[in-house]
Amino acid sequence: MQLKYNINKDTLDIILNGNFLDFDDNQIKQKLLQQTKNRQISRIVINAAQLQNWDSTLLALILELIKTANYNNIAIEYADFPENISKLIELALAVDRKPEIKKEISLPFIESIGASGLAVAQSIIKGWKFVRHTFISIGHFINGSAVMRPVYFMFALEDCSYKAVGIVSLVSFMVGLILAFVGAIQLKTFGAQIYVASLVAIGMTRIMGAIMVGIIMAGRTGASYAATIGTMQVNEEIDALKTMGISTQDFLVLPRIMALTLTIPLLTILANFMGILGGATVGVVMLDISAAEYWTYSIDALNMKNFLVGLFHALVFGIIISLCGCYYGINCGRNADSVGKATTQAVVSSIVWMIVATGIITLIFEVLGI
Amino acid sequence: MTKNTPLIEVQNLTIAYDDFVLLKNISFTIYKNDIFIIMGGSGCGKSSLLRVLTGLTPITEGKIIINGTDFTHANAQTRNEIMRSCGILYQSGALFSSMTLAENIALPLQQYTNYSSNLIHELVELKLALVGLAGFGDFYPSEISGGMKKRAGLARALALDPEIVYFDEPSAGLDPISSKLLDNLITDINQSLGTTIVVVTHELSSIFDIGTNSIFLNAATKGISGTGNPKELLANPPNEDIRKFLTREVK
Repeated sequence: MQLKYNINKDTLDIILNGNFLDFDDNQIKQKLLQQTKNRQISRIVINAAQLQNWDSTLLALILELIKTANYNNIAIEYADFPENISKLIELALAVDRKPEIKKEISLPFIESIGASGLAVAQSIIKGWKFVRHTFISIGHFINGSAVMRPVYFMFALEDCSYKAVGIVSLVSFMVGLILAFVGAIQLKTFGAQIYVASLVAIGMTRIMGAIMVGIIMAGRTGASYAATIGTMQVNEEIDALKTMGISTQDFLVLPRIMALTLTIPLLTILANFMGILGGATVGVVMLDISAAEYWTYSIDALNMKNFLVGLFHALVFGIIISLCGCYYGINCGRNADSVGKATTQAVVSSIVWMIVATGIITLIFEVLGI
Repeated sequence: MTKNTPLIEVQNLTIAYDDFVLLKNISFTIYKNDIFIIMGGSGCGKSSLLRVLTGLTPITEGKIIINGTDFTHANAQTRNEIMRSCGILYQSGALFSSMTLAENIALPLQQYTNYSSNLIHELVELKLALVGLAGFGDFYPSEISGGMKKRAGLARALALDPEIVYFDEPSAGLDPISSKLLDNLITDINQSLGTTIVVVTHELSSIFDIGTNSIFLNAATKGISGTGNPKELLANPPNEDIRKFLTREVK
């Protein structure tokens, strides 16, 4: 056996023999540690005369022994220890600085509710300030005093325009397809499958096109905004802007909001078209409706009111996604982990706020009879 | 303005994050043309003090007077005007990664001056040449080394001919030669442009090479343990903490 021990009166003799590489014999470790708790023992002698090769697993064992022995007021002696092991033990035991004891403040129940309320109120105020500063920036842009680099706007525009066409087309086509499928199951029972065309056309133009584009752009562009600006925060670039007296809202937020708000309605028009195309595929291939007939019914179902309602939703979603992406980017912490968190928060918040906005807009339009 | 004219006066400054007090009731003065070193061990509050001096972090108590104006309680416009007379070189250089070096340096000039694009271009070339980066204007930050990034950051900090330039750990991450070159550059700028320099560092060679005045922050007392020329502090250390720090003594 590599590790032997015996008790001689009040002394525990431990003999390290041979190789101690990847030493992981938990049974013998536990037995050994148990012996150090023996009340008879007042001294431990570790003999390393026969020790050959070793690694950190041996050091970990010795350190554990030392800690237990110290706790039980047992003296430890080292016999024939290689100098490097003694040095490493000395290093491991040296106390440079003790960590400060962290004060765990646990508030009573009522106070903790108050503290949570205050935290929520503070984050709402912070969010509101961000939105307010953004609108001030839009004002700066209108009166020509915004420090916005056109090239930043062009980069942002490029990122959320033609580069998003592929994914928006594919997802919208599939959504149109699914809408048509689901509708067809019910409508077929009444022999009214031709109205699938109307269902898809109205559904896509009024809300589904905008929502699908919103979700895609939140995951694609909103996340990218948060990650890019968050990384700038980590690299102290935001600090540099602030100390130069340049508004982060003008410089970073404004071009992104403008780009996304401009492109998202256009992408929604594309999504509407692709959704209708998806529905037509189901209609023509599975419901035996002729392409011309499907087209006629779709055109009949389309009206400007629904189309504009969809575009209005898209516009609001564009503002929400860009605000969330930029807000979480600017308020990102100063390490790589924070950038990941900021990105996740941006996407989740965008989607939540889009759903909330849809509810509010729907309610208002309902009341207004639109 | 003579050499002993106060430029930055820190009065009874306390920096705290919630209940955690980092620095308590510290006061010191930075004089015109100084190369002023803020030194101390890790975690003593050097970088936090720099963030407060540059207005990035609000102070808990006390005030900072820059060039006779109360920077702490000034309105946004006055603060911006004061900050216009300051340049900052961040630890990482903090160059805008999507801009070339020339665009980085041109940004504060475009923001704060009405210079023609030709003059801005010439000034950018001058600032790049001053830091030894002539011809690198079209390079992006990702295309140059760490030492070059710092020098480019310094060129940007110098863009508006500031009265004060703050440096956050200028030697961090640099090899000894690059570090020495940057120290020489700091001294040259101080002597030739008359710029007051404030450096946060714990790099002893830099401290002794360039420092004309200093404060030593102590994490244990949350205050200032000593002030003065670093070489004089080394010759006559006012206390054990400073002696150990300046002689790298660990026991």
